[in-house]
Formats: sequence, structure tokens, C-alpha cells
Amino acid sequence: MISVEDVKRRHELDARSRGYRLNPDPDFLALLLEGLRVNEERYGYPSCPCRFSSGVFEVDRDIICPCDYRDPDVQEFGTCYCCLYLDEASFERGAADPIPERRPPEMQMRGLLAAGGEASQESPSEESSVETGRTLRYCRVCGYVVFREEPPYVCPICRAKREMFAEIDMGLGVRST
Amino acid sequence: MITVRVEGERSEHGVFVFALSTCGWCKRTKEFLRENDVAFEYVDVDKCTMDEKREVGRILKERDVPLGFPVTIVDDEVVISGFKPDEFREALGL
Repeated sequence: MISVEDVKRRHELDARSRGYRLNPDPDFLALLLEGLRVNEERYGYPSCPCRFSSGVFEVDRDIICPCDYRDPDVQEFGTCYCCLYLDEASFERGAADPIPERRPPEMQMRGLLAAGGEASQESPSEESSVETGRTLRYCRVCGYVVFREEPPYVCPICRAKREMFAEIDMGLGVRST
Repeated sequence: MITVRVEGERSEHGVFVFALSTCGWCKRTKEFLRENDVAFEYVDVDKCTMDEKREVGRILKERDVPLGFPVTIVDDEVVISGFKPDEFREALGL
């Protein structure tokens, strides 16, 4: 079983690697870290403590901490949605205010209605609907390749913007002989 | 659904909060209501059964509520999404 200290260490390391800080309010931070620990125990992955998790990995994938929305949120607002990660300026100020939700409403609703954990995971129709619509793309700056419905907001490797992602043409045409 | 009732002197409004037990802003919202002595009810949606979660999903979908937790509903009419003290004060006449 993972401890709160393990969770804290993991997210501190991650914050440092990105030049972020963890929330300076000790009570608020403790609640978020405990929330991450509880979610990891419940679902098997540390989904965002401030968002609803369905328990279905494919549906919750974008809100596993650090979530897909963290980098653009910290860039724009100085904090991520749950206020675990702050930029240096917000950290120095000692506070972060709630920010708008960047996760698309249809994905939030999909999560709520998919709540059912194992039952939904076993359903082949659900799995296949999740599988469709993924595209192979690469970052034109660093070459990072991603296979998802949408390109990331920010390249996780070189931090290039979403616009720098291009679809990969597999060129699987029939070769003429 | 395990609904928790919190007593308070100010009970003229019906206040219901859909919350997550793991969320910092949900906690702040409950604290705000307690500090202002507002009577309210809440449910921690993450602790609900799967059927109840889907039921909450249907309720929120019907009301077309932005899904950011906490969702606070005052008098079955005013819906406040997120921790927004100014909007709480206005809706509750604090």
C-alpha cells in the first residue's frame, strides 16, 4: 500500500523536474496528497482528487495526476485545477485561487455516466468505442510520438505547443509490382 | 445515497452540495458554510455506490450543470459550480 509520504515524494520530484512547486498551504496540500493516495488505492491510479473518477482507466486517463491539463493551466493561471502544482510566482504569493475547468464537459459527463468500474471495463462495446478515433501524431520539434484522440496541449518532452503536432502518414498503400 | 445533514442557525435556504471527499475546494465550501452557520446537506459523490454515481450524473446532466465539483444548489434553483464565496454570499444573503 502506498503511503502519503511516497505520494508526496513522487509529486515533489515531478514538480521539481518541471520548475513547479507544490501548494504551500500545509493543510490544503495534505488533503490533496491524501486524496491522491485514496484514489490510487481505490482505482489503481492517482486520479485528480478534485475531479470525479469513473474507475475506468480509459475514461479517467486524462485526469491521472499530473493530468493532461496541468501544463497549460499552470502556464495560463499559475496553478493546476486542484492547486497541487503552482508556478514560482503563485508559490511565493503563498496562495492559489480556483481556476476554470479545462477538461471538456463531454469528457466529464462520460466519466460520470461510465461510473461502474469493472462492469464497464468488461463491456466490449464500451472498450471499442473508446478505442476508435485515435491518431498517431508526432511533435515536429522533438519527434515525440503520441497515439491519442487529441494531441497533447503541450509536448511533455520539449514543451512545444499543440500546434506543433502533425499526423503521421503511415503510407500503407499497396506497393505496385 | 449517504446524505449528511449539517445543522446551522441559518436554515431559511435549502442548500445541497455535491462534493468529493478528496477535493480541497469541496472542503473549503463545507467549511465556508459551517463558518457562516448555514444549515446544509451534502453528499460525497466519490463514496457513493456505482448506481448512485450514475444517478448523480443523470441529475447533473438534466440540470445542465458545469461539472466542476463542488456543485452547490440553493433552493433547488441557484446552481453554483466550484468554490465561489461571493456567489455563495449572494445566493444565501450573507
